[in-house]
Amino acid sequence: MVLELYLDLLSQPCRAIYIFAKKNGIPFQMHTVELREGEHLSDAFAQVNPMKKVPAMKDDDFTLSESVAILLYLTHKYKVPDHWYPRELQARARVDEYLAWQHTALRRSCLRALWQKMMIPVFLGEQVPSETLTATLAELDVNLQVLEDKFLQDKAFLIGPRISLADLVAVTEVMHPVGGGCPVFEGRPKLAAWYHRVEAAVGKDLFREAHEVILKAKDSPPADLISKQKLMPRVLAMIQ
Amino acid sequence: MVLELYMDLLSAPCRAVYIFAKKNGIPFDFQFVDLLKGHHHSKEYIEINPLRKLPSLRDGKFILSESVAILFYLCRKYSAPSHWYPPDLHMRARVDEFMAWQHTAIQQPMSKILWIKLLIPMITGEQVPDEKIERTMEEANKNLQQFEEKFLQDKMFITGDNISLADLVALVEMMQPMGSNHNVFISSKLAEWRMRVELAIGSSLFWEAHDRLAKLPDWDSSTLDPSIKLRMSEFLEKYK
Repeated sequence: MVLELYLDLLSQPCRAIYIFAKKNGIPFQMHTVELREGEHLSDAFAQVNPMKKVPAMKDDDFTLSESVAILLYLTHKYKVPDHWYPRELQARARVDEYLAWQHTALRRSCLRALWQKMMIPVFLGEQVPSETLTATLAELDVNLQVLEDKFLQDKAFLIGPRISLADLVAVTEVMHPVGGGCPVFEGRPKLAAWYHRVEAAVGKDLFREAHEVILKAKDSPPADLISKQKLMPRVLAMIQ
Repeated sequence: MVLELYMDLLSAPCRAVYIFAKKNGIPFDFQFVDLLKGHHHSKEYIEINPLRKLPSLRDGKFILSESVAILFYLCRKYSAPSHWYPPDLHMRARVDEFMAWQHTAIQQPMSKILWIKLLIPMITGEQVPDEKIERTMEEANKNLQQFEEKFLQDKMFITGDNISLADLVALVEMMQPMGSNHNVFISSKLAEWRMRVELAIGSSLFWEAHDRLAKLPDWDSSTLDPSIKLRMSEFLEKYK
């Protein structure tokens, strides 16, 4: 049976997996899990991932969650080109370092920035206290600076001359606040140049395809009451 | 030149690296970075890790942060027995899945319990509001339950019959609340797994690694440098 991927391209980690699978010609069946309708909270989806989160993967009877784990699984199973997750010890360690750091740092800021700045007001019709939003955007700023100063430095890509899993995870994260209208690349020419390199390495068409949903998210029709009720508890966690 | 590990065993990620290195006979210089004295903010340490976090590894000119990355690096460089990070695709994926999930699901809540129950009252003289304590405990318990149901299930260890990096990381993190005399190993399944992991590591090494944490309630927090206390206040705001 063909690999099944449960994704919503609204989600940053889902975009990384989508791009990686497509770029490497990995055949898969896509199941769209509509986050804005609370589909991830359904009992049906809990059968695939009891954590009720996307992305999730099903390879025959084997189910897997966590985008980093899924990316590594696909890397090992489909024997993709070495540059994605180099065999060389120190280069691989650099990818691991980025993939570990981002969970509580850049990913967290990007998610909060998108929701607090745009999704909560536009989609859920609620306001976020301005001091909360200010703090979130400041935190995003700090993490973008770390991305530039610690990880990118003067290299073409995060770990060296070629694109790796680290760049893919980072770029899809950074597109999240972009979708929320945050001027992420303003005053950051180094980061902007890196972004263009990653987009070119992925392929502009595939990159655009993967980011269509997030870039249109600001035009989301407001959530109906039922969806809103389903989503609010988890969304509130994003404001605290 | 011998490997250097910059650590304070009060930190769970440091304990994972310490135990792994010792268990596998990996020679290293223990560079003690005293968190209680704020040495992670020292000029010397900032040069090693500008993010001021522990642990860090220095191998000649190569400096690495993030305990998960360090554990993988050590595993590969020193060819640790394969059960630590199994070559089997599915078993390895399970370890990767846990290592990704634990950052926010286990490490943060467990650390929060220590701060809320011991460190905040001790350092600031203030109690954390009951409602916050309750919320923290609820989240911690929910995640511990998910750990049991999804990762442990009815197996001896996370990947099956043998200890892996996932068990090591899980246990040292779940030990963190012990520093405030709070025991999370209440269910018999969790308690039995805990003992199994301790025995697989070796009780002597395990308790050696946890000695500083066990003595934390005896720490005289009045010796805390005022400038360190100031730095902490921002950090503490997160938990209040």
